[in-house]
Amino acid sequence: MLYREAGDFKTTYKADSQTFPIAFDRWRYWAVLAVAWLVIPFVINDYWANAILVPFLIYAIAAIGLNILTGYCGQVSLGTGGFMAVGAYACYKLMTSFPDVSMLVHILLAGGITAIVGAAFGLPSLRIKGFYLAVATLAAQFFLVWLFNKVSWFYNYSASGQINAPERFVFGHAVTGANTTPAAQYLICLLFVTGCALLARNLTRGTIGRSWMAIRDMDIAAEIIGVDPLKAKLTAFAVSSFFIGISGALFFAVYLGAVEVGEAFGINKSFLVLFMCIIGGLGSLFGSFAGAAFLVLLPVALKVLGVDVLGWPTQIVSHLQLVVVGGLIMFFLIKEPHGLAQMWRHIKEKLRLWPFPY
Amino acid sequence: MSADFLYGIEVVINGLMAGVMYALVALGFVLIFKASGIFNYAQGVMALFAALTLVGVMEGQVPFSHLINAVFGTEIHHFGWTVPAFAAILVTLGVMIFFAWAVHTFVFRHLVGQEPIILFMATIGLAYFLEGVGDLMWGSDIKTLAVGLPQGGSLFVEDLTAGLGGDDFYGFFIDKLDMVATLVAIVLVAALIGFAQYTKQGRAMRAVADDHQAALSVGISLNYIWVLVWSLAGLVALVAGVMWGAKSGVQFSLSLIALKALPVLMLGGFTSIPGAIVGGLIIGVGEKLFEYMIGPMIGGATENWFAYVLALIFLVFRPQGLFGEKIIERV
Repeated sequence: MLYREAGDFKTTYKADSQTFPIAFDRWRYWAVLAVAWLVIPFVINDYWANAILVPFLIYAIAAIGLNILTGYCGQVSLGTGGFMAVGAYACYKLMTSFPDVSMLVHILLAGGITAIVGAAFGLPSLRIKGFYLAVATLAAQFFLVWLFNKVSWFYNYSASGQINAPERFVFGHAVTGANTTPAAQYLICLLFVTGCALLARNLTRGTIGRSWMAIRDMDIAAEIIGVDPLKAKLTAFAVSSFFIGISGALFFAVYLGAVEVGEAFGINKSFLVLFMCIIGGLGSLFGSFAGAAFLVLLPVALKVLGVDVLGWPTQIVSHLQLVVVGGLIMFFLIKEPHGLAQMWRHIKEKLRLWPFPY
Repeated sequence: MSADFLYGIEVVINGLMAGVMYALVALGFVLIFKASGIFNYAQGVMALFAALTLVGVMEGQVPFSHLINAVFGTEIHHFGWTVPAFAAILVTLGVMIFFAWAVHTFVFRHLVGQEPIILFMATIGLAYFLEGVGDLMWGSDIKTLAVGLPQGGSLFVEDLTAGLGGDDFYGFFIDKLDMVATLVAIVLVAALIGFAQYTKQGRAMRAVADDHQAALSVGISLNYIWVLVWSLAGLVALVAGVMWGAKSGVQFSLSLIALKALPVLMLGGFTSIPGAIVGGLIIGVGEKLFEYMIGPMIGGATENWFAYVLALIFLVFRPQGLFGEKIIERV
């Protein structure tokens, strides 16, 4: 009834090519933003921030990054954990070397450094394709984790080999360290999520996004019609790593505060982010958010159900979680290879006709 | 001959034996990939699952006992009997064949014709699922696998070779288990090649690997062949699980041998059985030598990534691997 193109007349090209062509979608978008920015910061508490909202926002950035590479450009990467580690360690080195500079600059620079590293590891993608590339990105994963473990310059020669985020401020509010309020943690993550999502959305519907999608659909054909594979693949690796680096920096500095590289950025992190993209939907920004929300909420829900309600030992619940996640991946790939985003598209199709389908 | 040189040779020999173990895991990948185009990431977890099942059956554990106890509040753990190793291996083989059937029937039959990368992701899901099931069934504590395989260094080889070097050389240290594993691997590969060449099922298997539709049109049942191939991969996983399990205990890290096998496959090519073996040997020797000669200079523990970097550099020059079929792309 409300969800209609009818009656919403576009009179300019700008209006015609906007992100949300349906008026209801625009209202929904502004409503979500308003709730996220104006309501949640005032009601958020420690549990919600640490267990759900902050990890959700951080993983959403990582999922957007991987989705650009895998979903839009078709290059499967299993090195996400390694690139998140680059972001985290770059952020740490910047924070400790330049204590007076704003945290926002550090996080952006950490993303930039990760982009350079990512583009370097993307170079083989020009020769290697498909599976071989997926396995080759594992080289990045293992090599980077080893590097941050062994070269003590990266963790400032600390005895434990860990990195700890010192207290830093944005506009006079602590965003890292022990005295951070949940609202500050949440807001800085939200700031970056909003920025990244806007950037990603506009990149993917512009020239560069179209060249990524051409490479994904068939790289030889794309090359013949004039898409430069070198430029398209390397920009995809760089942009994707930029987002992943930001999420790694936030994950370390804002969310965890102290990180041991093998534990926090191991291969399981790579798979987790890849699963978010698959379950959410490859090649869809909404899918990145949906997948991140799903896989952040699932363990919490299982834990609440299994440990708190049924009273099972945590160990069994964590094993069940593996079964459920693995089963869901297979289920989604069989039933809906395009993920939650495709379901959402179906719902929208239905909504257009509702309540009078013909 | 100087002692340093001889120790270098010892490293190479041990590397060759480690390479055989990698090749053993890689074989399972190649079998499934050739026949169905599925790149089975779950191969390592299958080895873990097979080893867990073997230990569980031998010790007479009740499957899912932790879950049952948690749900019904009971206290059962063991049936109270032990099964001899040989019988337990047969039971485990039965479980792996059932698993092969289930995987094919419930998952991959529905994914026929999907893009290879979708199939790959499905096997990652399968790996998580199977790992969870294995832990739920048999518990996640570290188990020792005692099927009567010899352990420790071989004194015979050590005494025999001690005279080669000077006073600071004490002979080659070679693990007996590695020697057994090498023998078993050779037998297994010979048996697989024999099976593929000289039996009816083996020929059908090769036909399917060659061309699905042509095989289907001459009356070969694809479903049957796929279940067969998954069962064979299960058998290879069982052998690999027994060898690795006897070496380092049955625990979660066993499933990480899949990650060791991936660079082997890249190097050897995904479709070639000889490739898997040669690739395994190159990686085994390469990473041991690198760790021995250059490792101490840059902090050690290079074995985690060296294989990948080697394979990566190699692929840049030869994108289909050593023995892989030439990649021809058409628009």
